[in-house]
Amino acid sequence: MIDLNLIIERFPAFLGGTDGAPIMSTSDGLQLTLELLGLSLVFGLLLAVPMALMLVSRNKWVARPVWLYTYVFRGTPLLVQLFIIYYGLSQFDWVRDSWAWEYLREAYVCAILAFTLNTAAYTTEILAGQIRNTHYGEIEAAKAMGMGKWLMMRRIVIPSALRRALPAYSNEVVMMMQSTSIAGLVTLADLTGVARRVFSDTYMPFEPFLTVAGIYLVMTFALVWLFKKAEQRWLAYLAPRKH
Amino acid sequence: MFLQGYLPSIMEGTILTLQVAVSALLVSVVLGLIGAMFKMSPSKPLAWLAEVYSTVVRGVPDLVWMLLLFFGVQMLINELFAQLGWEAPEINSFFAGVMTIGFIFGAYMTETFRGAIMAVPKGQMEAGLAYGMSPLRVFLRITFPQMVRFALPSFSNNWLVLVKSTALVSVIGLNDVMYRADTAKSITQEPFTVYAVVGCIFLAITSVSDLALKRLEKRYSTGVRETEL
Repeated sequence: MIDLNLIIERFPAFLGGTDGAPIMSTSDGLQLTLELLGLSLVFGLLLAVPMALMLVSRNKWVARPVWLYTYVFRGTPLLVQLFIIYYGLSQFDWVRDSWAWEYLREAYVCAILAFTLNTAAYTTEILAGQIRNTHYGEIEAAKAMGMGKWLMMRRIVIPSALRRALPAYSNEVVMMMQSTSIAGLVTLADLTGVARRVFSDTYMPFEPFLTVAGIYLVMTFALVWLFKKAEQRWLAYLAPRKH
Repeated sequence: MFLQGYLPSIMEGTILTLQVAVSALLVSVVLGLIGAMFKMSPSKPLAWLAEVYSTVVRGVPDLVWMLLLFFGVQMLINELFAQLGWEAPEINSFFAGVMTIGFIFGAYMTETFRGAIMAVPKGQMEAGLAYGMSPLRVFLRITFPQMVRFALPSFSNNWLVLVKSTALVSVIGLNDVMYRADTAKSITQEPFTVYAVVGCIFLAITSVSDLALKRLEKRYSTGVRETEL
């Protein structure tokens, strides 16, 4: 019932070998998915660290805007955010006339922007939660050593919160990896986009979608394994005692 | 006129989206309870089946599941009916959307309910059985009311993710809020306004759900002492 030959024949398409070209000759498929994921995670984390610090601030004029930001981005579907950026921005003449339009008209840039802003919102909440949970002893010790506020943040609070955020962050990374599958809805040929292309060529649903499901499953397992290794390395001090 | 009179159409789509979401939630709760029971059952094959279900479903994106199940099942039906010599029916896309989302979130609910049932002390169920209650009655009277408190936080989260995933169902041809927005976008040439409105609608749904579920959590935690810091 499932045509194995079709799967084998079309498999290179998922690795950038579209239209009979050798694999990796284009960035379609796996490479695009990994690029979208990697870039948005890096940018998202870079945004999330300062925003988490702002969110835990006692000054409400600092904390409120970040709260609103995470509230809006966590309360709406990523697809809507992507469409607002990809389709929506063209409504404004000043955007179309600006230097940025050259980039913002690209689906690739829009997808990375939407994914970055979305993951930054979730990561901010995860980090802020861990910063709030910092043991008071660690803060007291830092103060007793005469550290100033920023030195304490840089050396004690942030590293410790980042470590403790690992388990929750691993969930976010897996979710984000799966979310990149909507990139195909704005014309990009990521893994799911390639699968849809193969489907519309052949009208065979099982072969392309099961292939791509398998690839995502392997990626999920790989990410979970990587984070487990990372936790063993950086969270060893919180692991249950073995002896 | 605001959005050239397309707002009512978008609101109609919202109602459909909500119907899909709520129906899918019911499906996912049923599947989640079955999954949790299988996972905790002494029978190895059942436990294994539930394990595979919750792992595989959660490891693949919602969109891929939707495409696979919608187009795959339609093709299976077509082939089956062709062999019988009958004309194949088109799958109703509402039904397909509800079933697909229900199937996906059933896997998340399996984990939620399994954790919650395990959090209820075993002695409670044993006492119920010792009183001669049937297993179903033990579940309804003893386990369920106590597990709700443990299940609610994760249940709330699943519901919020489910609502947001519902935005994807227009891909399989449902006339939902995203589909209406797409039409409105093309006609009004105001894509930002259209999607901002849709965003606000989703934000309203998630905010109201969040408030309601927080209340429910409070209600089911009566008599439980909070940790005081």
